[in-house]
Amino acid sequence: MKFIALLIAVLFGSAPPAPAQTRDIQMLLQTHADAIVASSRRTIGPAIDALAASGLASAREVLNRWQDRELWVREADSLFVYVREEETGLVMLDIVSGVEIATVGRRDLRQLKPNGGIRALIGAALVQFQLSDPDIKVRRAGLRAIERRPEESHLAALRNSLEGETDPDLGIRKRRLERLLTISYGSSAERIAAIHSFDGALSVDVRAALNPILATRTVFGPPPEGANVARRLEPGSGDLGTADAHALMVAADVAAPIPGPEARKQALIDNIVDGAVAGVPVARLDTDAARDAAYLQLAASGVVPTYDPERSMADVVADEMFFAVYIEPDPAVTDAAQSTLKSIETGVKLNRTFDLALDGLSLASIYFLAAIGLAITFGVMGVINMAHGEFIMMGAYTGYLVQQVVPDYTLSLLIALPLAFAVAAAAGVAMERLVIRHLYHRPLETLLATFGISIALQQLAKTIFGTQARPLTSPGWLDGAWVLNDIVSISHIRIAIFAIALMFLAVFLFIMKRTRLGLEVRAVTQNPKMAASMGIDPDRINMLTFGLGSGIAGIAGVAIGLYAKVTSEMGADYIVQSFMTVVVGGVGNIWGTLIGATGIGFLQKGIEFLNPSNTLAAQTYMIVFIIVFIQFRPRGIIALRGRAAGD
Amino acid sequence: MSGTFITRNPGVLIFLALLALFTIAITILSEGFGLGLVSTSFVKTLGKTLCLCLVAIAMDLVWGYCGILSLGHFAFFGLGGYAIGMWLMYERTRMIVVESLANAPLPPTPREIVDGIGTQIFGVVGSAEFPPIWAFAHSLPLQLLAVILVPGILAGVFGWLAFRSRVTGVYLSILTQAMTLALSLYLFQNDSGLRGNNGLSGLQNLPGLAAVPQSTVSLWFFWGSALALGAGYALAAWVVSGKLGSVIRGIRDDEARVRFLGYPVETFKLFIFTLTAVIAAIAGALYYPQAGIINPAEIAPIASIYLAVWVAIGGRGRLYGAVIGAAFVSLLSTWFTGGQAPDVNLGFYAINWVDWWLVLLGVSFVLVTLFAPKGIGGLIDMIAHVRSPDRKGAPLGPDVGSLREKEARE
Repeated sequence: MKFIALLIAVLFGSAPPAPAQTRDIQMLLQTHADAIVASSRRTIGPAIDALAASGLASAREVLNRWQDRELWVREADSLFVYVREEETGLVMLDIVSGVEIATVGRRDLRQLKPNGGIRALIGAALVQFQLSDPDIKVRRAGLRAIERRPEESHLAALRNSLEGETDPDLGIRKRRLERLLTISYGSSAERIAAIHSFDGALSVDVRAALNPILATRTVFGPPPEGANVARRLEPGSGDLGTADAHALMVAADVAAPIPGPEARKQALIDNIVDGAVAGVPVARLDTDAARDAAYLQLAASGVVPTYDPERSMADVVADEMFFAVYIEPDPAVTDAAQSTLKSIETGVKLNRTFDLALDGLSLASIYFLAAIGLAITFGVMGVINMAHGEFIMMGAYTGYLVQQVVPDYTLSLLIALPLAFAVAAAAGVAMERLVIRHLYHRPLETLLATFGISIALQQLAKTIFGTQARPLTSPGWLDGAWVLNDIVSISHIRIAIFAIALMFLAVFLFIMKRTRLGLEVRAVTQNPKMAASMGIDPDRINMLTFGLGSGIAGIAGVAIGLYAKVTSEMGADYIVQSFMTVVVGGVGNIWGTLIGATGIGFLQKGIEFLNPSNTLAAQTYMIVFIIVFIQFRPRGIIALRGRAAGD
Repeated sequence: MSGTFITRNPGVLIFLALLALFTIAITILSEGFGLGLVSTSFVKTLGKTLCLCLVAIAMDLVWGYCGILSLGHFAFFGLGGYAIGMWLMYERTRMIVVESLANAPLPPTPREIVDGIGTQIFGVVGSAEFPPIWAFAHSLPLQLLAVILVPGILAGVFGWLAFRSRVTGVYLSILTQAMTLALSLYLFQNDSGLRGNNGLSGLQNLPGLAAVPQSTVSLWFFWGSALALGAGYALAAWVVSGKLGSVIRGIRDDEARVRFLGYPVETFKLFIFTLTAVIAAIAGALYYPQAGIINPAEIAPIASIYLAVWVAIGGRGRLYGAVIGAAFVSLLSTWFTGGQAPDVNLGFYAINWVDWWLVLLGVSFVLVTLFAPKGIGGLIDMIAHVRSPDRKGAPLGPDVGSLREKEARE
């Protein structure tokens, strides 16, 4: 059958009998054939509209192909076809069924090459198809495409699709997007209504839509009649640079251009005659004054444009009128945009503060995690452990190793946490038994010996794991962020770290206040000899306490590793801050550590907010602040009193 | 007076004589002067080592004698280096700029020269303006003054604040470490005005002395370093001898007791802290022209801890111990990390010292702290048959240093 149809087509060189629908869309195309073939942006509109409104199933495909330059027309009878290129020539394909019609030479067919403007019109028509597609996924994709690159033509398509939207969520999004587009492309009254409808909205896209309305250009002299004037500009202020103002005056032919230093220098160089400029030897032109004098000499002889060195650019532009004029001509629209932006700004400020507080809180929990183990070894036992950071690192590497063995991230995390505790605690106990025990009365030497261990461990990790950072991947349910709005968001990992920090606090308090071990630790801390005479073994307690502190550092390492990369130096990055946290908070008191971490976290984020370009500077100022703080409260925020305070 | 000082401290003479002998020997063997048996780069290494010995003496003075474990003296060392480096870099860049502008059609104005220098120096941090702290960089005497004044004032203010509020012991150590960290973080910023992490470079080229070969320049600095070390040693020996030295050692051993005896402990501590900061700065000002480059990483807290490690290994509380420790450890470190040390093949694993040197250093440092608190200096005690009293038996009282069983019986 196909063969016969093809035969007939070849023999008679005319369209084969086609199904009804083909005929319809083909007829539709034929009706507008002239406009389509002419390919002019001005006349093509009705053709595209007719296709889009035809309700034919193949209309969308035709538009798509047309847009992609895949629609061809037979020169002889304006038959629209698709084409497959073959060596023998071009095979014409029916635009609905895809059936081969005939093979013809290149000359017989003409490819339609719609220009950019027409393609945009076709795209807009297609958008409407997408927005009304029965498949909700297609509608979502279409909406997302508009959100990403809104155009004027989308507005009508979007409005047309509002009626038939069945999904309530998508309907809300469509209506919101419709208002957003109205801000840019609607009629005046519509725009004002749409702008006001966004009062207090925090999304970035609202601000992105509103800000262009308030774009201004600078005009020199009295503003033109009916211009939408924003405000008068003072030249030389932040709004309008002196040079820009002067350039405007020069463009208006009101002022003469002032040759800049470079131009004057070039003019002098160009006019060197026999080693002298205007009679002044070149060798003497080594000061600005001499150069100015020589230039004026040249100007006096008319070789170069003159200028008045006494009258600078700032003098010229002073007292002249400059205005900022809105590019948007309608004052009602700009007023509306201004008032809405103002209301948004207040909301943005509030939310920024809240976001900053969240940031500070999460930084505080990281510091607290890093410092809590130290609060036990340093705060309770008074042992300076410079290798504390390396215990954090050990925990993080343990987590990394577990992930190499156990591929399931959730499970590996569950294994890693206790294992990190065990590894770090074992290392801590070993260190206490082998080294620290012998140095209890020599704190400075403890500091140095543990530092020796710290560099050895750090180098060991570098040798084993290499210098590059190792990833500690968080399980899927920790990915992503808790997004409140466009400004306030916090990643799940940070929330998890905050939760772990709180958990540690609870565990620590429980151990210290509610268990036998805690009681004995407190007894040994306060008076080792008295505790010993009560039957407590101080050696054992010291060992256990040190193991506990080190083990907690190991767990903190896993948590910090999730949030930052695992390197051999990660411990060293936290050690000074951890000591600061403990010292600022007050040694020997877990609440002090908590307050210290919170204070330092918030302070650092606060300083970063004031000077956002520079986190290094924030850290510097924070440390300086801490140094000054310790002058006033050398024993920290919560200072122990009485005998437990020691000396 | 000085005669009696020398007769009371013959060790100073011995040290100076050994230093002089060493300097003369190296000079004769060097490339720039005589036989050429010692390469120029090794002369530089030795010169740098002498500077490290000098800063180790400062560390010994403040820690070994006064009991303040400062983890910030390498910051003062670095500040001294920065102060001299600013002049070296400015002056040398000025000469290059003047030379390149000499071929321009018009002779340069002073402003053009300064702009040219600014572009050359600060191009790497995306700026061309001179920050205010470079105001004196054009003048060698003023920058030399800055070598002493900037670290001196910083140490003075910091020490005054810290000692006044009676921050002592490990707290003070952590505080000094925080100061070092703050300083290095500050210098790491590009807008600190000192070229951020690029640091200052090209310091080995002395301005105006391009014709003098590096072999000769290295010798000059070697002599300068030796001279500074000798002077520093003599000064430190003078400080720790006599009544001043006794008070300082008293503060180390029992600060409260010295205070109750009526001595202004804070003033003594501040004096020692500031004096040693200045000595460290001078050592730094001599070190960095030999190293050729200084950047904020040199000031990082770890450097100051290494300084403490040197002094501890050498033996603190004795000046020659600090010198021996610094020279021994830093030269050994150069040898190991330079890849010159032969690998140790254990059959299943070959120990490459570039990787394992720090492990060895860390472990040996722990061992020294535990088993040989006197460090290498203890060996000399052994030779000289100086021994600590052998106190046998358990302590009778609860405090450290209380009478022990056997002492009570005698």
